[in-house]
Amino acid sequence: MRQRLYKALGPVAFVLVLLTVWLGLFVTPPDVDQGELVRLVYIHPALAWVALYVAFGMAALCSVLYLWPRTRSMVFDYLAAAAVEVGVVFTILTLITGSIWGRPTWGVWWTWDARLTSTALLGVLFLGYLALRRVPADPHVRARRCAVAALFAAVDVPIVHFSVLWWQTLHQGATVLNSNLTPTIHGSMAWTLLLSFVAFTLVFVWMVIARYRIEVIRVAGQDVALEAAIASRRAEGVPS
Amino acid sequence: MWRDAWLVAGRDLRIEARSRVALWQVLPFAILVLFLFAFSFGPQRSQLVSSAPGLFWLALLFSTVLFAQRSRALEGSPATRESTRLLGLDPAGVFLGKMMALSVELVLLEILLTLGVIFLFHVVVMSWLILVSSCLLAALGLSAVSVLYGALSGESRMRATLLPVLMLPIAAPVLIAGVRSFQAALEQGGGLGGRWVGVLAVFSVVYSALGIGLYGALEEN
Repeated sequence: MRQRLYKALGPVAFVLVLLTVWLGLFVTPPDVDQGELVRLVYIHPALAWVALYVAFGMAALCSVLYLWPRTRSMVFDYLAAAAVEVGVVFTILTLITGSIWGRPTWGVWWTWDARLTSTALLGVLFLGYLALRRVPADPHVRARRCAVAALFAAVDVPIVHFSVLWWQTLHQGATVLNSNLTPTIHGSMAWTLLLSFVAFTLVFVWMVIARYRIEVIRVAGQDVALEAAIASRRAEGVPS
Repeated sequence: MWRDAWLVAGRDLRIEARSRVALWQVLPFAILVLFLFAFSFGPQRSQLVSSAPGLFWLALLFSTVLFAQRSRALEGSPATRESTRLLGLDPAGVFLGKMMALSVELVLLEILLTLGVIFLFHVVVMSWLILVSSCLLAALGLSAVSVLYGALSGESRMRATLLPVLMLPIAAPVLIAGVRSFQAALEQGGGLGGRWVGVLAVFSVVYSALGIGLYGALEEN
């Protein structure tokens, strides 16, 4: 059943992304102020949502669950690692799409805006997490260190979220999740935006499951290789 | 906890006083960074004065990474960690002790760097209170982060490259708040320096508390 769900998830996510692209490019109208440039809104916020809240939120939650003695399990370590890996990819895509939007709007590819800078910093923090995972150590020692590093890095997530309110620099405020919870987008544009959030969240879930499965297979493969090496050494020591 | 902290701080400072690694390697490096920045900006006095706060804090941050490597190296050998465990030292005390020793070293470095920017970059400090308080708080915050991330990066050979990657993004708020408070210290009356000193105080308290709470878990094997 799980296997079937996983196999169905990839194509469903792919179809939803295609549907988002079709709606975003051909069905929704251009914006009064931004014109055709508004079509990036069907990609960029969804990517940012997945990177900031879903991926790094999941990484922080899994890290807490690993550090909590009652729920300590390597499953949470693998899931946190998978979420961070995919989250970093989504962060990079968020910055790239934001930059493509920023060039015609602000006149520059990059500006030292609080939201942009704190997002880039978040990406670097989680790149550090991935670097830490590659340090050779006992799996549990590594898992503990990485869980602590993920929690430190996750402190930046609320800073990124509130940066547009605290500093009020160039980046616009939240369109949907604003302080009054009154979305400033309507009609087909709002539905397409919502669909993009669902589509990219499903892509994220599919990628995390795939990455998790690879990690489980890799660890199992290591164990098999170790057992084979031990058996081979033992066989060498036995006189024939 | 405090007794253990004084013990560890005394040990780390004694080792530094005897080995003189900080004196012969880290302090010359910090001064060298100031010189290299000055070379890259050229001799214009106005440009040097306006860039002095940034250069001061960048030189301090880069040197802190070296101090952090050094501080971790003192705990590095399995024998040292084993004897720390056998002595029954409180991990929170060990963290505080290492933090205090590193803070002392960083304050000495800050004094040297302040003299450096005054002498080399022709900086005139108007509000010493802002400058001194920001330097003291930054030393505490940076030392807490250094000890914590030193423990996180472990004993591997990758530590030399890993530690800056982990530590410098976390220390970014210190750089921003430090530069702003330094700029305020160059103004008559201190400007908005008090607000940025507050940011440094929050940073120091948060990372000191995190270190006291988590250092033991990171040192477990």
